[in-house]
Amino acid sequence: MLRKGITLAALGLALIGGAAQASTHAKEPMEVDWSFDGPFGKFDKEQLQRGYKVYREVCSACHSMNLVYFRNLGQPGGPFYDPKYPNPNDNPYVKALAKDIQVKDIDSETGDEIQRPATSADHFPAPFPNEAAARASNGGALPPDLSVIAKAREGGPSYIHSLLAGYVNPPAGLTMSPTQHYNPYFPGDLTSAWSGKGHAPPGGFLAMPPPLTDNKVTFDDGTKSTVDQQAKDVAAFLMWAAEPKMEERKRFGFGAMIYLLIFTGLLYASYRRIWRNVAH
Amino acid sequence: MSGHSTYEPKTGFERWLDMRLPIIRMAQDTAINFPTPKNLNYWWTFGGILAVMLGFQIVTGIVLAMHYVPHVDHAFASVERIMRDVNYGWLIRYMHANGASMFLLAVYIHMFRNLYYGSYKAPREVLWILGCVIYLLMMATAFMGYVLPWGQMSFHGAVVITNLIGALPVIGDSITTWLWGGFAVDNPTLNRFFSLHFLLPFMIAGVVGLHIWALHVPGNNNPTGVNVKSKEDTVPFHPYYTVKDGFAIALFLILYASFVFYNPNVLGHADNYIPANPLVTPAHIVPEWYFLPFYAILRAVPNKLGGVLAMFGAIGVLFVLPWLDTSKVRSMRYRPTAKLYFFIFVVACLVLGYCGGKLPDDPVIPGLTSFTLIDADLNSFVWLSRVAALYYFAYFLVILPVLGLIETPLPVPESISAPVLSHPASTPAGAVASPEKRG
Repeated sequence: MLRKGITLAALGLALIGGAAQASTHAKEPMEVDWSFDGPFGKFDKEQLQRGYKVYREVCSACHSMNLVYFRNLGQPGGPFYDPKYPNPNDNPYVKALAKDIQVKDIDSETGDEIQRPATSADHFPAPFPNEAAARASNGGALPPDLSVIAKAREGGPSYIHSLLAGYVNPPAGLTMSPTQHYNPYFPGDLTSAWSGKGHAPPGGFLAMPPPLTDNKVTFDDGTKSTVDQQAKDVAAFLMWAAEPKMEERKRFGFGAMIYLLIFTGLLYASYRRIWRNVAH
Repeated sequence: MSGHSTYEPKTGFERWLDMRLPIIRMAQDTAINFPTPKNLNYWWTFGGILAVMLGFQIVTGIVLAMHYVPHVDHAFASVERIMRDVNYGWLIRYMHANGASMFLLAVYIHMFRNLYYGSYKAPREVLWILGCVIYLLMMATAFMGYVLPWGQMSFHGAVVITNLIGALPVIGDSITTWLWGGFAVDNPTLNRFFSLHFLLPFMIAGVVGLHIWALHVPGNNNPTGVNVKSKEDTVPFHPYYTVKDGFAIALFLILYASFVFYNPNVLGHADNYIPANPLVTPAHIVPEWYFLPFYAILRAVPNKLGGVLAMFGAIGVLFVLPWLDTSKVRSMRYRPTAKLYFFIFVVACLVLGYCGGKLPDDPVIPGLTSFTLIDADLNSFVWLSRVAALYYFAYFLVILPVLGLIETPLPVPESISAPVLSHPASTPAGAVASPEKRG
């Protein structure tokens, strides 16, 4: 039976391996020890708070997060969750964070477009009114929405961290326009832009200039604000934004696994007992 | 259904009902008393696993349909809303998405088991063909389900697959336009895919009913491939196989749960979390893992129509398999040569799946350039897929028909009970097969 189990597992692995991607010409993301790795991993609340600050002060100038609502910040597993406020809409911290931000609305009396302070029921406002405006302000490139970006890129948060912290000067021999920026972690193929010796360098060009610098964001908890720290924190925040129910999922999964293991054990014992007198 | 009914109505109500609608009799005969060979191994538990997975898919799917919006502008966001704001929506959606993979994994194991033990042979040809129909319906359902979240892979996968129909001469373009409901994959396409994705699982359930009916007429095959000869060879389905299947189902659920709770996105593609954009084509369009072998066959043929025909032919050949295999011995336990070819066939299928996930022109052995043959370097995934695809077809069209005529099978036990009492390993290896078992 063990042999059969191994055969099954090998077959499963081989099938999963089949889905593996063809290699891109980019560097593998740097290894990061995330607090949310593994079956018992949890988000580091302070890291999420720092990451939110990086998003709010840096990323949100160009990137929308249309699927994330201010109330999400106060939900269990979120950066500003407070067990005193099971309903995140009552969380004073969340309300205060929302109030600082202006969102567009329609005046119900006059029908005019107005600006008002956000409430916990609003989603994060987008920096540009539409795609054309976003492209016009960014040299023709569209800054992607970041709501689920950590699930929409191979490598997830580690890739985001590497991309943000991994900008280097382009090697000599790489032809690029002034609106392009070289990053060894960005997927692409630089063969046509390469006039140097040997193989083209790994990575690609992207329109986003290096967004982070040391001390660009002041962390309220006193954490040293290096580029690497900011990149890690915002990557963790984006992972939470993409998978806000991850902690609930893993907690539920633990219970489900215990239940299934006991159930399986009982079934196996019943199986042995029922079949004990049958030669087979 | 198989043999005589052994049901005896015990109460007055049961006797009354049995005269009018013998539904308790049917349940007793098919699920309780049904005589089942006592030597079925764990490869036989996948039928039960599949039934459970179909149930999971239908239940989770109906709940998802309560929250999903089949519109190009809202589909992606509505799926994310299920993940974020619907109570346990993340659980239901991840169960459904990973459930499809688990369902297909189980069906592949079920089919390989069938091939190895010759369960498709007389008198179970109709049972096998019904299984092939279920498999086709499953593939159609899985494909349309993958389109519904309207991510990048959903959209571009739908474009690639529906465009295949356009390869048919003369009528191809008209059929494609008719399928799309327009001149491109757009909102009408998404709407009809949702409608059909809801319908097909119930058709699957219907054919599963026929499949079980067709199973219960000749009864189960078994690892020896020898027919049931006496009562000694069987045990009642309940409790013997309800408990054995139950144990296997529980084990399978642990595997399923490990994906749902700890790796819910590993079987999918990251690009499908990018909302569909017809103007941006992903760098590599790859289908879900369960379609990769057929995708590799499609790309192995240089001509588009040829590729489409080869891909559908790879499934079509399964339907005539009972008449291609000429061997009278069912189980490959007693066909050492066939067993060898079978394992090569399994490897060929896995190789095809691996090739389907790779870029056709990438080298199999990195850094090694050999020489160009016809249109590609010999050291490329397209050539590896060609070799594997050739073996795939040769297995059904050449090896199984010819091998049955020329091989000498090992002696087959007299009955199911015989090898249990004296294990086949203890019979002399050089024993001559009885002449009537040949060819």
